[in-house]
Amino acid sequence: MSGAAGSSAVSGALSRERLRAGATIVSASVVPVILAFFVGGLIIAILGRNPFSFYGDMIQRGLLDSNGLQESIIRMAPLLLIAAGLIVAFKAGLWNLGADGQFLLAAAFAAGLAPSLVGSIGVAPTLIAMLVLAAIVGAAWTLVPALLRAKYGVNEIITTLMMSFIGIGLANLLVKGPFQTDVGGVARTDTLQVEDRLPDLFGTRIHSGIIIALAAIIAVHVVMTRTSLGLRLQILGANMPGAVHAGLKPAKLIVVAFLVSGAMIGLAGAVEILGVTGSFRVDFNPAWGLLVIPLVFLARLNALASIGFVALFSVVQIGGETASREADISSDFLLALFGLVLLFMAITEYLRQRRGSTAYLPSQGAAPGPAEPEPDEPDPSGPLAPQEGAR
Amino acid sequence: MTDVFSDTFLTALIAGGLLAAMPLLFAGLGELVSEQAGVLNVGLEGMMLVGAYAGFVVALETGSTWLGLGAGLVGGLLTAVLMAVLCVRMNLDQIVIGVAIVLIAEGLTSLLHGAQYGESRPNLDNPPTLDLPLLKEIPVLGESLFSQHPIVYIGFIFAFVVHWFLRRTSLGLSIRAAGEQPAALDASGVSVVRIRTFGVLFAGALAGIGGGYLATIGAGTFTPFMTQGAGFIAIVIAMLARGRAPLTIVGALLFGMSLSIATALQLIGVDIPTDYVQMLPFLTVIVVLLLFARRSVLPAALALPYVRGER
Amino acid sequence: MSENDPETAPNARAGAGSPGAPLVALRGITKSFPGVLANDRVSLDIRAGETHALLGENGAGKSTLISILSGMLSPDDGEIEVEGRSLKISSPADALELGIGTVYQHLTLVPTLTVLENLMMGPAPELRLPFNAAQSRFDELSQLLGVDFSSDVLVRDLVLGQQQQVEIMKALWRDSRVLILDEPTSMLTPQGVAELGEELKRLKVGGLAIVFITHKLHEAIELGDRVSVLRRGVKVGSIEPAELRSGSTEELTEAIVGLIFGEQVNRLEESLELKLEGGEPRAPRRASSEVLLEISGVAADSDRAGGSLSEIDLTVHRGEVVGVAGVDGNGQKELAEVLAGQRGITAGRIKLEDREIDSLAVSERQQLGLRYVTDDRLGEGTVRDLDVALNLVLKRIGQAPFWSGGRINRDEIDAMAERLVEEYDIRTPSVRTRIGTLSGGNVQKVVLARELSFEPRIVVFNKPTYGLDLRTAQFVHEQIRRQSELGVGSLLISTELDELIALSDRIAVMSRGRLMGIVENGPSVQERVGELMVAL
Repeated sequence: MSGAAGSSAVSGALSRERLRAGATIVSASVVPVILAFFVGGLIIAILGRNPFSFYGDMIQRGLLDSNGLQESIIRMAPLLLIAAGLIVAFKAGLWNLGADGQFLLAAAFAAGLAPSLVGSIGVAPTLIAMLVLAAIVGAAWTLVPALLRAKYGVNEIITTLMMSFIGIGLANLLVKGPFQTDVGGVARTDTLQVEDRLPDLFGTRIHSGIIIALAAIIAVHVVMTRTSLGLRLQILGANMPGAVHAGLKPAKLIVVAFLVSGAMIGLAGAVEILGVTGSFRVDFNPAWGLLVIPLVFLARLNALASIGFVALFSVVQIGGETASREADISSDFLLALFGLVLLFMAITEYLRQRRGSTAYLPSQGAAPGPAEPEPDEPDPSGPLAPQEGAR
Repeated sequence: MTDVFSDTFLTALIAGGLLAAMPLLFAGLGELVSEQAGVLNVGLEGMMLVGAYAGFVVALETGSTWLGLGAGLVGGLLTAVLMAVLCVRMNLDQIVIGVAIVLIAEGLTSLLHGAQYGESRPNLDNPPTLDLPLLKEIPVLGESLFSQHPIVYIGFIFAFVVHWFLRRTSLGLSIRAAGEQPAALDASGVSVVRIRTFGVLFAGALAGIGGGYLATIGAGTFTPFMTQGAGFIAIVIAMLARGRAPLTIVGALLFGMSLSIATALQLIGVDIPTDYVQMLPFLTVIVVLLLFARRSVLPAALALPYVRGER
Repeated sequence: MSENDPETAPNARAGAGSPGAPLVALRGITKSFPGVLANDRVSLDIRAGETHALLGENGAGKSTLISILSGMLSPDDGEIEVEGRSLKISSPADALELGIGTVYQHLTLVPTLTVLENLMMGPAPELRLPFNAAQSRFDELSQLLGVDFSSDVLVRDLVLGQQQQVEIMKALWRDSRVLILDEPTSMLTPQGVAELGEELKRLKVGGLAIVFITHKLHEAIELGDRVSVLRRGVKVGSIEPAELRSGSTEELTEAIVGLIFGEQVNRLEESLELKLEGGEPRAPRRASSEVLLEISGVAADSDRAGGSLSEIDLTVHRGEVVGVAGVDGNGQKELAEVLAGQRGITAGRIKLEDREIDSLAVSERQQLGLRYVTDDRLGEGTVRDLDVALNLVLKRIGQAPFWSGGRINRDEIDAMAERLVEEYDIRTPSVRTRIGTLSGGNVQKVVLARELSFEPRIVVFNKPTYGLDLRTAQFVHEQIRRQSELGVGSLLISTELDELIALSDRIAVMSRGRLMGIVENGPSVQERVGELMVAL
């Protein structure tokens, strides 16, 4: 097994393996997207619309048109931050399904405080303060699920969802109450003037939030792949009893993962307010939380790869909104489209697993530790064994 | 302060509470059985939405609330077939598929509603009620409790039927074993896949009835996203009931009342924003979890796929 | 099973067929898993009124064979004949229908259900549960087996021996003609084993065919009327009832040893001794009086993952190997976890040399040289999605030189891993290979390498050879001896008394979370340990 010749042969095999792995990632991620768009097209056709012109409009308005392209890139900023937050949680085996509440509550605080703060402390300090505040608010909103999970093992799926609903309600209450503008009409916060928002880049309409988002997602990538914290979180997600055995502190790690996740998602809320809307209208809820989930899975929880899928999604969303208007159908169709992507991805994954590849959906940390190994059976953990990873 | 206990207030609180509780009761009972069988049905919200839309369309076309409820059942059941095939047969991740089903159901029902009824936005007629003689005459409570659509009474009775079914029948026994120790069930010659499939389909059918109720009796119309998280609340109710079906009645009523209390308060001149009210049930859950959080709330094999010989 | 005509419907007490014809016959059964041929053209006859012992070491393919017979697995090739007719058993339901009941090695009861509910579980003709009929069947069987618990207690409230009785009842529930027992003695005290033997005799007289799977030679000889030996998936021979009755124990042992180990017999002599009885007890050496580990008055509460401990007092000296004997599930794992810091204590004190460590975290104890070789090597011991090198540094994450300033230093990790792979003879394509793809034996070597490197002082070995092939088991024993020579203190938990006798200086006995006593290794240690195991 050792020796120079042996190891160079091994490394050759490894790089070939890596190439093949790369190819399967691409196919495993592209195939479900194509299938989902195909089925989506059928649905459009059944409704009596032309799917080709719908998808044509989508690409035209989301990608090829200069305005649309800028819109798409602007849209990428909050989505990337949400993706960064979800990746941290999912890698650690924690299902943070409460992104919407974290996002909106942080957005409400940013929108409620920024306009008045600008006057007293100036633009740049305000923007920085709001970003920090939003991250804190987003993180704080994960604290209850995090502690319940860490202390009592309460399933975080339910608690994050509950906290999300509460967060959405609270955000609206804030906007109808302390943060409400004196200007009449629909309840909303004061508006942050365009010149006081996140600065635009290179004379385009694209605001600098995209820089923050890219920095965040790269930071997440580096932390998850290169640092001890990343490895610890990964072990927590892959094997909870193993984490205890290895001397990690699961309770602490759960809280850390949740706080980082919430902070990223909170940042997303601030970036959207400070860069795009300038104010928070009551009932504002883009509901991106669930929508980003398919994207991070498609990227196999790889932060860098998620950039590509977020870009694709942004184009579909920006283009799709216009295309839906043109085709006179509800833009909620896009929800179904992304539900389909998730569905087909799970099925593709299943088929790949049957052929012996490894899973990329997060394993559930909540799972009780496996029973004793079967002493009289051949080793069950071979590459072709049924995957546990899909838990 | 005497106002708070006036007839108007109590009637509104109880009648409204019942109205809001029924979808939760049905979906909660379904989810309870599914969880006992070991499947965490995150797609419940989607199944309710499909049930609501199917119920609305059929009730509108036929004028029959019963057919509407039946269509809700079928809609929920068909959605659950997807979940059963993917999660029980193919052992795909129950949470990923659940989220996918919610997204697809939200998108499709909104899309179809927009395409078919976007312009007209029709409403349904008021459903008929079944008055229980004598009981209805009870002052204050009689009117609100015993003058309801028959499905309400059926729902309450059904909770006890489910309880009996889980404790006293062989299928019920198999369901409890499937969620706790699927390998034991398999070894005793019962197919875990079949039992879990039953659990998922049962949950889908009941969630569909719950959704159908929401559209045909509760709101009298369909609006996109009208379940507003009821499916997720139902999951929580089922988890807190820990396999004891009658407890879902308590849970559903508690949540139902917390929804109706705002309307009731408005009737007696106390005005509070609906946001408070919409938060209230969730807040209740969090408080309940904080107070009674225990690890053992769920069946041991919940959300874990069963592969023969793996453990 | 449509072939089942009512005339020959299963009935346990009727006996079966002509004396010559087997009740169930396996013909040329072949089953392979990726990379392993678990069963290679195995044929087996199972006769009414006879106990057929199936003997073989771990990994010989015994469990695979009975999984096929009980419908849990389908064979790749070969047939199963029941009363001369070739049948297909494609699910556990089929097997039960044919009257083949199985008691699996890992108990397959639902702990949250009552005894009666567990027994009623299974395909049912009616919707309603037949509580009354079931109760009378329970009474019938409880008399036959001599059980002393009622039918309405929860299974989780029974002790393991009682749970096994429920399992046997379950296997006999539907008038079984064949009873398969997979390693039934692993959970029992010596006394329980004797009782089981009596039970089996009674059942056999009733005309039942019994298949008894074991890796212990003396059990096969004592309890079997016929012995078949499996080696690496192949049936290498069998001993007929006539031979078994006439031969002396020595002759039989020799014959069977020849079958089990074939031509390797000389090379593996040492481990043979260990596997069979009469292994040389380790000579007691009290070279050092220096106490390394001192456990006094330790108690722990039970939780979902384990039972309770009370009043544990134990010391381990420098270079000493202290064995911990006991029936599986009597608090040994809990004791190991308490020492490692994975489980909290409610009373008592743990000292490592002069330092109180009971409030220290897992990683701090690891740093101080307290190591834990877990029995759950695939579950908690390793992270299957990580590579071999990272699994080797699993307990040193964030520490220099493998990490500096939080950043990983892959070169250092890989170099260290290469060294350990060499030293511990870990067979892996590279140190960057996912550990999930390695065999169980190599995974155990990774765990050993991790725990025994970086200056261990006290090592807790929890069933370190469990489920391993002989060669790896022997390697593990060498490591334990080597550590002892280096002055490391060891706590060796094992359910194999022979292993404990071969390696330990003293043997402590655990039962129901308590330490029943400590015995110096030496003559008649076996009897004294046995006495302590059944003492109350």
